[in-house]
Amino acid sequence: MQEEIVKNIILGEDEDYIINMGPQHPSTHGVLRFEVSLQGERIKKVVPHCGYIHRGIEKMCERDTYAQIIHLPDRMDYLSAHINNEAVCLCVEKALEVDVPERVTYIRTILDELNRIASHQLWWCAMGMDMGALTTFFYGLRDREKILDIFEESFGSRLIHSFNTPGGFMHDIHPGFQKRIKEFITYFRQKLPEYDRLLTNNVIFRERSIDIGTLSKDDAIQYGVTGPSGRGSGFSCDVRKIEPYGVYSRVEFNEILMTEGDVMARYKVRIAEMYESMRILEQLVDNIPAGDYSAKMKAVLRLPAGEFFQRVETARGELAVFIVSDGNKSPYRIKFRSPNFSNLFIISKLAEGFKIADLVAISGSLDLVIPDIDR
Amino acid sequence: MRMENNSLRQRMETLVPDATFPINSQYLELVVPDGLFHEFCLNLKTSPDLLFDYLISLTAIDWKDHYMMVYHLTSTTFRHTVVLKVRIDNRENPQVETVSDIWKTAEFHEREVFDLFGIRFLHHPDLRRLFLDDDYGFPLRKDFADESRMIVK
Amino acid sequence: MEYEDFKDNETLELLKKSGGNILLSTIDNIINWGRSNSIWPLTFATSCCGIEMMAAGAPRHDFARFGVEVYRASPRQADVIVVAGTIVHKMAPVLKRLYEQMPDPKYVIAMGACAISGGPFYYNSYSVVRGADQVIPVDVYIPGCPPRPEALLYGIMQLQRKIKSEHPMGNGKDQIDPDADAETQAKNK
Repeated sequence: MQEEIVKNIILGEDEDYIINMGPQHPSTHGVLRFEVSLQGERIKKVVPHCGYIHRGIEKMCERDTYAQIIHLPDRMDYLSAHINNEAVCLCVEKALEVDVPERVTYIRTILDELNRIASHQLWWCAMGMDMGALTTFFYGLRDREKILDIFEESFGSRLIHSFNTPGGFMHDIHPGFQKRIKEFITYFRQKLPEYDRLLTNNVIFRERSIDIGTLSKDDAIQYGVTGPSGRGSGFSCDVRKIEPYGVYSRVEFNEILMTEGDVMARYKVRIAEMYESMRILEQLVDNIPAGDYSAKMKAVLRLPAGEFFQRVETARGELAVFIVSDGNKSPYRIKFRSPNFSNLFIISKLAEGFKIADLVAISGSLDLVIPDIDR
Repeated sequence: MRMENNSLRQRMETLVPDATFPINSQYLELVVPDGLFHEFCLNLKTSPDLLFDYLISLTAIDWKDHYMMVYHLTSTTFRHTVVLKVRIDNRENPQVETVSDIWKTAEFHEREVFDLFGIRFLHHPDLRRLFLDDDYGFPLRKDFADESRMIVK
Repeated sequence: MEYEDFKDNETLELLKKSGGNILLSTIDNIINWGRSNSIWPLTFATSCCGIEMMAAGAPRHDFARFGVEVYRASPRQADVIVVAGTIVHKMAPVLKRLYEQMPDPKYVIAMGACAISGGPFYYNSYSVVRGADQVIPVDVYIPGCPPRPEALLYGIMQLQRKIKSEHPMGNGKDQIDPDADAETQAKNK
């Protein structure tokens, strides 16, 4: 027994070579630490360590009023900031049983889809950059600026708007809103095939993404991997189809599902989702009804005692807001079920047996935004 | 077949006669006694007419004299949703059975609840803190106060 | 002067104390001009401000024309660290270690409200460090939540001005005061 232990130590079989990726690393998209045990260049085990941006948002919301908590979920998943905002507003409006004007629901859905396209563009540039294709960084961000121009004209801010309040909006949108969206759609429909030609059929990209990091449908359901990452494995989880909110029950769009579950499948799902989002925008942009931009709400909101749950589909998956109220003007407990928290932990299963460069490709395809994990 | 709240309620009553059903305007909500909890969850997942295989969210609420664990479950085949609750009365040493062997995502949600509330999960494969340091308190409890780090408005 | 004296640092110190000569101050200017026009940052972005920092490097507000040519992934090769995003108690030792690994001369830009003072997380949060200047010394503060890319460009220009008025041989923190006369300048050195 003792001789065996000594022999193992001499041969180095007992020891794992452990390296740290992060928390400061160009490709972890935020502050996330991967503790990687290696054998040569093959990964034996990956353990993600989070908490480097844990700001205590859920505790902070317990001392703010319902109109003040709108600003905090924005900063969780800042690339779908509008959708996060909308989730909290919908939950509060459901609790108060407020009838929101038609105009507000239409514009909220339009802004959701614009936000989804902007977020997928940023994902595309970061994914290309991680794989070494620096051109995608410049193309993607150049086109994303057009959407940010539309936001800036109406709200004054590019990334984080906080434009939704319970009951509607803070003020009405700019009169040139519809024209700008139509211009953007014509511009972007020419650019999206360029993205395909650049990256999708590139031989290096295909070698690095086909059959890498395969996620089975069972695992996706077990681990709660939603959004495009789950749909790339065939898990039909689009909340816009299951429990429609806004105007989604009245527009036609497809839910994109693929079966392979590898990095290339998740990539293709997101590119196809950009096309679907443009289809939704084209159906909605000409039909915005006139009306008020907000329902009449009291100055200080008090929710009735009880528990309220709302699910929405952000660009990365399913966000659920759970508000527990005891009748006061602040929530008693608010819980954000964030999509990235569930999407993160599958990475230890997906990356086993692959190389470090594949770990970068897999984490890029899961599209993680780290402040959403830590809240 | 997707079951409506009424038929779900009758089905739950046959499985757990002691359950109570608080009023909830959205989904069916039930509070299950602690002893039968794990077996009930296994039934929920494997019964062919229920098939609750996707755990949406797992969290805890601190009601000052007891804790309440809240589980939101849905079925990907039938699309019905249910809210499951378990009450924990022991404030000094709160414990409940883990469900991470039934739904894998619960492993990490339970670690987060342990980190923020201090509730221990029995038979959890790897119960350690997720976000905060090992010797920090449990911030989401209602009696938590940290003068050195919090500036309270 | 003799080459051995030129290489000898003690002689240089004596020279500065006595006022220096015109050749040395022209060299000062050239060195400062070179340094200020090629500051390369470290890739460090914790949260939302990181996206606006990336947008500042994008084609529309290109900051490569200000000399910020590439991002360096390793702190040993970087000149400036742009603290973009909230600093949390768990991350603070990491930030300090990165700062210490950077070689002199190094600068720090605090971008965004979170890095200046904790930002929207100032009240009621139990884990946010209220400002990056509690961990490392900061040179330029850029307000905003998140600040526009143009604001980041303005901040970089302010940093360039600050570097140009700096004493290149000192520890980076002395300032050459152009309005003071030669006597007080010699006294300040």
